[in-house]
Amino acid sequence: MSGAASGGAARVSPPLRKSRTRAGEFAVEAFIRVLGFSTIGFVVLIFLFLLREGVPAFFEVPLNGFFSTRWYPTFKLFGTLPLILGSVLVTVASIAIALPLGVATAVFVREVAPRWAREVLKPVIEVLAGIPSVVLGFFGMTYVAPLVRELLGAPTGLTAFSGALLLAYMALPTIISVAEDALDSVPRSYRDAGLAMGATRWQTIWRVVVPAGRSGILTAVMLGMGRAIGETMAVMMVTGNAAVMPTSLAFLFKPVRTMTATIAAEMGEVARGSTHYHALFGIGIILFVLTFLINLAAAKAIFQKRRRGGLR
Amino acid sequence: MAESKCAGRLTAAGLAVVLLAGCAHGGKGDPRAPDTVKARAAQTVPFTLQNTGSDTLVNLALAWAERYMAGHPAVRISVTGGGSGTGIASLINGTIQIANASREMSQEEIAAAKKNGITPVRFTVALDAIAVVENPNNPVTGLTLSQVSDLYTGRLRTWSQVGGENRPVVLLSRESNSGTYVYFLEQVVRRGNPKGAELFSPETLLMPSSEGITTEVRQNRNAIGYDGLGYVTPDLKKVAIARGSNAPYVLPSAQTVRDGSYPVSRPLYMYTAGEPDGQIKAYLDWVMKDGQELVKELGFVPLPGSSQ
Repeated sequence: MSGAASGGAARVSPPLRKSRTRAGEFAVEAFIRVLGFSTIGFVVLIFLFLLREGVPAFFEVPLNGFFSTRWYPTFKLFGTLPLILGSVLVTVASIAIALPLGVATAVFVREVAPRWAREVLKPVIEVLAGIPSVVLGFFGMTYVAPLVRELLGAPTGLTAFSGALLLAYMALPTIISVAEDALDSVPRSYRDAGLAMGATRWQTIWRVVVPAGRSGILTAVMLGMGRAIGETMAVMMVTGNAAVMPTSLAFLFKPVRTMTATIAAEMGEVARGSTHYHALFGIGIILFVLTFLINLAAAKAIFQKRRRGGLR
Repeated sequence: MAESKCAGRLTAAGLAVVLLAGCAHGGKGDPRAPDTVKARAAQTVPFTLQNTGSDTLVNLALAWAERYMAGHPAVRISVTGGGSGTGIASLINGTIQIANASREMSQEEIAAAKKNGITPVRFTVALDAIAVVENPNNPVTGLTLSQVSDLYTGRLRTWSQVGGENRPVVLLSRESNSGTYVYFLEQVVRRGNPKGAELFSPETLLMPSSEGITTEVRQNRNAIGYDGLGYVTPDLKKVAIARGSNAPYVLPSAQTVRDGSYPVSRPLYMYTAGEPDGQIKAYLDWVMKDGQELVKELGFVPLPGSSQ
């Protein structure tokens, strides 16, 4: 690309100017390259820091202790299993709520809504993404949790379900925007072909367009999930933070404690270098690995979509 | 620049004082008369005292600091919360002069301080009672210590087991980093035996703030919670506590804490690095004497020896 451009310029520019352009171009390219690589460098450094602070936990706490079922840091019990399962429960439930809503909204915005409605809806959805999570958490604590308690008759409204509701709300903008892009990239000829075959609009959307954008929608879900599992403030305020083992689906309507809330609630107080400190960073490593796997899955879905040209 | 630095520190409750202490002399000087400004600064360079620690104590410490600074313009006291452990850790690191604590320093912490060449000295500055609270619509009026303990360990699970309605009990506690948590665990859940084996039930909801407990107890008829007497709002119902099944049930109040009849009360401390002298000693002396009149206003209990 740059070769072709400078080759074209060489015919009209005098030699001196040409070399100066080349030098300038080289400097700019080098600068951008350094910036680009430094970002990767920072990520690597953060990961190394996380490893340095967190890996000792796996030596100080025996592995079967670290993955046991009781988290009582005050009494040297560092079982992270309830926290991991708590995070997984809240995240999966939030995606189960957000996925149908998000995809339906994306289909409406992209396929059904008239042009003016689309132009209103898109910025509104983007504004949703900008609401600070602590505000949502406060709203959740004062309105969502009592509502959940009264509607479900649960002993308390500070449950995994309340957390999942708030997380679903937070993951929605991501899911909607990415899913909408995915539908956008489905070629117009697909829709034309569907309608020409005598399919109704609904059949075309449901049987042709949505399946064609499937891998993009999968990416949307993965990104939404990545957002949900790392969310801290709102979750800490509404899930009740009880470190119980969520062993069945019934625990969706009971308090749970997530990994992020544990780190946020306890990091301020721990003595630097203590086992508890290392254990919290150990949780950070587990969280990092989970998020990494989710993003990897998302990247893989994007890659497959490119290779198949969005065909399946 | 000075403004943005201060904005970053406004997070804790020490807002007003930090503003006074941090920003008052952080403003830009008059560029036309730098010498005058310098001279003036040298004359009134304030003695700055950093005071950090217990969230239970933070409002009281703030009130003390404000009152004291009003009468002593040469002293600046900046107060922040963060928890007893945070304050003690800062004292050990030598970054503050006075740590507020709602519990005694542990042997480990004293050893760590000694290793840094610091001998912590303890002062009792006020008394605090932990009130057990429930929803105003809950008919239960009194509990024995062992009933509270059994509720919090999960041995009793419904209100009907302690003479109330047939409803599940929702246990609320502060986060494990709170001094109130440790005190309640040792004094109530383990009934005064700090080495006891009882633990909070895993189903206990750990709330990140007093506000979280207040909100949930106000809304939820099933909930039981605890917090410092000074933080209990009038819309919550305080539970009378009895030492044993034959002992009288006592409601927490300044009177019952001072005369020792309320079972769940404790001293609140300030720790200094070494025997205090000069301005620090003057401040602590003031806190333990004239400062006691503020203690009652903030819902705590003044020291027995004071005139209050």
